[in-house]
Amino acid sequence: MTEIRTVATTGNLVVAEAMRQCRPDVVAAYPITPQTTIVEEFAKYVAQGRVHTEYVTVESEHSAMSACVGASAAGARVMTATASQGLALMWEELHIASGMRLPIVMANANRALSAPINIHCDHGDAMGARDTGWVMLFAETAQEAYDNTIIALKVAEDPEVLLPAMSCLDGFITTHSIDRIELLDDDTVTGFVGTYQPQNALLDIDNAVSHGCFAGLGGPYFEFKKAQRMAIDRSKAVVERVGNEFTKVSGRDFGLVETDMMDDADVAIVVIGSTAGNVRHVAKEMRAGGVKAGIVKVRCFRPFPHAELAAALKGCRAVAVLDRAESFGAEGGPLYLETRSALYDLESRIPVVNYIYGLGGSDVRLELIHRVYADLSDIASGSAAPSGLVYLGAR
Amino acid sequence: MQQLTEIRWHARAGQGAVTAAKVVAETALSANQYMQAMPEYGPERMGAPIKAFTRISDQPIDIHCNIENPNVVIVLDDTLLDVVDVAEGIAADGVLILNTCTPPEQVKKMLGVPETVTVACVDASGIALDTIKRDIPNTPIVGAFAKVTSVIDLEVFKGLLAKNLSKKFGQEMIDANFTAVDRAHEEVTVA
Repeated sequence: MTEIRTVATTGNLVVAEAMRQCRPDVVAAYPITPQTTIVEEFAKYVAQGRVHTEYVTVESEHSAMSACVGASAAGARVMTATASQGLALMWEELHIASGMRLPIVMANANRALSAPINIHCDHGDAMGARDTGWVMLFAETAQEAYDNTIIALKVAEDPEVLLPAMSCLDGFITTHSIDRIELLDDDTVTGFVGTYQPQNALLDIDNAVSHGCFAGLGGPYFEFKKAQRMAIDRSKAVVERVGNEFTKVSGRDFGLVETDMMDDADVAIVVIGSTAGNVRHVAKEMRAGGVKAGIVKVRCFRPFPHAELAAALKGCRAVAVLDRAESFGAEGGPLYLETRSALYDLESRIPVVNYIYGLGGSDVRLELIHRVYADLSDIASGSAAPSGLVYLGAR
Repeated sequence: MQQLTEIRWHARAGQGAVTAAKVVAETALSANQYMQAMPEYGPERMGAPIKAFTRISDQPIDIHCNIENPNVVIVLDDTLLDVVDVAEGIAADGVLILNTCTPPEQVKKMLGVPETVTVACVDASGIALDTIKRDIPNTPIVGAFAKVTSVIDLEVFKGLLAKNLSKKFGQEMIDANFTAVDRAHEEVTVA
């Protein structure tokens, strides 16, 4: 029987709790703001004997992910956490983890990248890693960060997937705010994720394999990449299935995209992360004022749910995409590019506009979201043409 | 209609504002309410002006942004009045609670807030020095907050405060904090 405990605590502490409940064999991590309290709390659990994990204190994130790769290749269940510059320093190992098909799960406390130096939230770190072959889930709330971390592990370790997965939560906004959160009991989580059955463990000496070999000229490198592509495409159905299973044990919804007030929406905002709450709040206010406003939150960014997004938006007359990350030199931010692409196959052409917002933790005031819906209403009514890229609220 | 209370805390780093905000949030949870408590993180050094935010509601809270029009402002250090506009954006029927020896009528005049704003003053530092023997005004000021707003239940708060303090301190410290909270609840004056 599932027991639910309601607590007042922070996003980081419940991610650490989820990690403890998942019982990883190895955690190798390096502290970095705003991720620090995740690994601090987890290290405490290890010291207290509340989880029997080999906790490896390394000298950098490059080493952290290297140790994770080694441990996962050996056949261990491996988890870690990072943020910002730390994720950037892991760059080459991110590719190695996915290329070696290692189901490592990593929490990422979304934080801006230098320069200038900034410790606050944006999605530039995770979005920079969007082509590294990791499954990527994004949380709106601390509750979702807890849920996503558990779901990510079961997806990553699924024999149909065997890919690393990232569980992203907004730095400070979600990592450090105290919120009301429902935790599952240990047995429920441990039972849900199950026992890890490594497929190609180096330590399985009866079935000796090599990992990460040279596959150059004439070798199977190209086919390896095709296999990775097929795996992440397959992972979409697995994310959905595991999400549904999680709903059964927790009573909480999970969707690749999560929609609100979209059935008859004329105007809609597509968004990722904690700002989805602000958008939902304003959409309700717009509804009260007679505007048919809706919201689509993307919870799974890799694999990207193109079909689901197109289905959610197909009845709209104008759509805005909010990006908390840049893709300098591209037509717009990463979510915008995906959304435009998703809508291309629809019969009718929906105007889509892009807003870059909240970089470096710039506060996402409700008035800014009101402005976006007002712009959309003008576009939908034909009284304004769709604008180019807008830096929302920049001075 | 959602009953939402938005609280902004002003303090100097080290005065315990974040801890107070946390225990207030826990108090709200035990009354089966929804809440958020978020410190505004900046350069972390003792004595620097800091802000923290608390939202308390009877329904789930969607928004994740700073509080610009607080219903309640709690100021743990009156020297901040020279450097921070603590009354900025306060709701017309808002309440401002200040740790000071200055009478509330005078503070109200100094801040230039509308007549409809309630100003409540309590010498939380003096009370803390008397009882806790250290200038940690965070717990007594919550006693004043409970008195002038009724947003949280004082006895529930004290129970959770004891639980939090017992992780680091003995019964003596818990009792001293209880006295501090009760005295501030008693001694707060309003204009």
